[in-house]
Amino acid sequence: MSDLVDLYQEMVLDHNNRPRNFQKLEDASNTADGYNPLCGDQISVYLKVENGVIADVGFQGVGCAISKSSASMMTQSVKGKTIQEAEALFQEFHTMVTRDPGTEYKASGLGELEVLSGVCAFPNRIKCASLAWHTLTASLHNSQGGHATTE
Amino acid sequence: MTTKSSFDVEAIRKDFPILNREVQGNPLVYLDNAATSQKPQSVIDKLVSYYSEINANVHRGVHTLSQEATEKYEGARSKVRNLINAKEDAEIIFTRGTTEGINLVAQTLGVQRVGEGDEVIISNMEHHSNVVPWQILCDQIGAHLRVVPINDDGELLMDEYEKLLSPRTKLVSIVHLSNALGTINPVKDIVAIAHQHGVPVLLDGAQSAPHLPVDVQDLDCDFYTFSGHKLYGPTGIGILYGKRELLESMPPFQSGGDMIKSVTFEKTLYNDLPYKFEAGTPHIAGAIGLGAAVDYVNTIGLDRAAAYEHELLEYGTEQLQAIEGLKLIGTAQHKSGVLSFLLEGIHPHDIGTVLDTQGIAIRTGHHCTQPLMQRFRIPATARASLAFYNTKAEIDALVEGIYKTFEVFS
Repeated sequence: MSDLVDLYQEMVLDHNNRPRNFQKLEDASNTADGYNPLCGDQISVYLKVENGVIADVGFQGVGCAISKSSASMMTQSVKGKTIQEAEALFQEFHTMVTRDPGTEYKASGLGELEVLSGVCAFPNRIKCASLAWHTLTASLHNSQGGHATTE
Repeated sequence: MTTKSSFDVEAIRKDFPILNREVQGNPLVYLDNAATSQKPQSVIDKLVSYYSEINANVHRGVHTLSQEATEKYEGARSKVRNLINAKEDAEIIFTRGTTEGINLVAQTLGVQRVGEGDEVIISNMEHHSNVVPWQILCDQIGAHLRVVPINDDGELLMDEYEKLLSPRTKLVSIVHLSNALGTINPVKDIVAIAHQHGVPVLLDGAQSAPHLPVDVQDLDCDFYTFSGHKLYGPTGIGILYGKRELLESMPPFQSGGDMIKSVTFEKTLYNDLPYKFEAGTPHIAGAIGLGAAVDYVNTIGLDRAAAYEHELLEYGTEQLQAIEGLKLIGTAQHKSGVLSFLLEGIHPHDIGTVLDTQGIAIRTGHHCTQPLMQRFRIPATARASLAFYNTKAEIDALVEGIYKTFEVFS
């Protein structure tokens, strides 16, 4: 039960109910679609990249509470970051959600994203948490129409 | 004379060792039987005894072990023939499962009979395994897939089906019992109507073989295919039933050893049925295990099991419908033990995770029926699917788990 409380923290539920930056950017410079074929979750990420900086970001899609809240928090955390900073954040996030559940997570600048640290105790939900990030990476590498999949 | 009240589910549960285990500190409540069913001890023992006492290749050895293995393998075929009342053993082909059975027909009879501009009829509630093989066939030869629509309860629109049949129709392939909705389709009528147009019918029996008594001669279907692992048997084994005259007219599927009578570099003579369609060393242990599973369900009686499962379904439907914010998907009049549902504001994947922490195993997702999900305009459902070893107490646990889910997301 405590794992469950860790997983569905209040902030996760809040982002699920009221996702931030939940919109298509009409003037996006980079876009990608992400798909988790196992559960059918779909997400589109829109970026406005200016001089190597993510000036604006939005997302749309359907998914579970974990994938939706992760996407919402991802958009908040990468806005205003350089591409390199955003990619480094993903690395850090990935390390957090894939660590051995027995180990304590040492805070390292992920900020709000740390509320998803409990995902590591649910191996079959790690892909839900990382779908938005994989899609972000795909959009950074494709000006238009990038694709990401968790499989 | 047996009555449904004499169905001793507690005794039956003792036959399934896995039902004793705990998941996350709770007794396992296994409600994912449409994905795969659990195995009775007799099936597990049969696999062990085959490998520890008999193991040998079939159909080719003069030695004792090979003869014993062949006898058991062919014995399993007879058991399957009896289970679905086929006319003869030669009409039962061992496959890897339902998927391979459908692919076999698509790539043999399909290629032989379906031409450019012709049509194959399936339905809106098919599993991907009864969609994609026909799509591939149609792409190969420039034929078209036609889809029988369904109503909001998840029932086939039979009038529309009749309208779809035309001189261009070369094959009908329909699911007997829907894995995602639980709908039992009127397959006898479907077959009879297709036959009026001279069109052969394949029935996907993956869900019906384990949960309904099936008589292929009475249904008069041309093909019927199912998987062992959903019928309390091992994975990796299934069967395709086909009428002899059709199987004989069809070219081989895979080729290699055991499916031939003689081979020269100039010409190969194919073997008789059913071996013509069983190239290579088969899954001998799996077939023997499936035979043991058939023996097991015969001791219970599929008619009695179906009656008990229906009783559970009615109880579960009533309990679930009483939950505010829950919507059942699949409310056909003729249904088997599948409870597909949505909870308001909660994604099925999250429902599955919360229930798992209570030891309750259900399936969440599109159930390999994406076109069906599109029909209902939903991405996924949560699905509890029943077997004869489930109990009303387990349905109560599910209901409690659903309230717990609401609590977590409140």
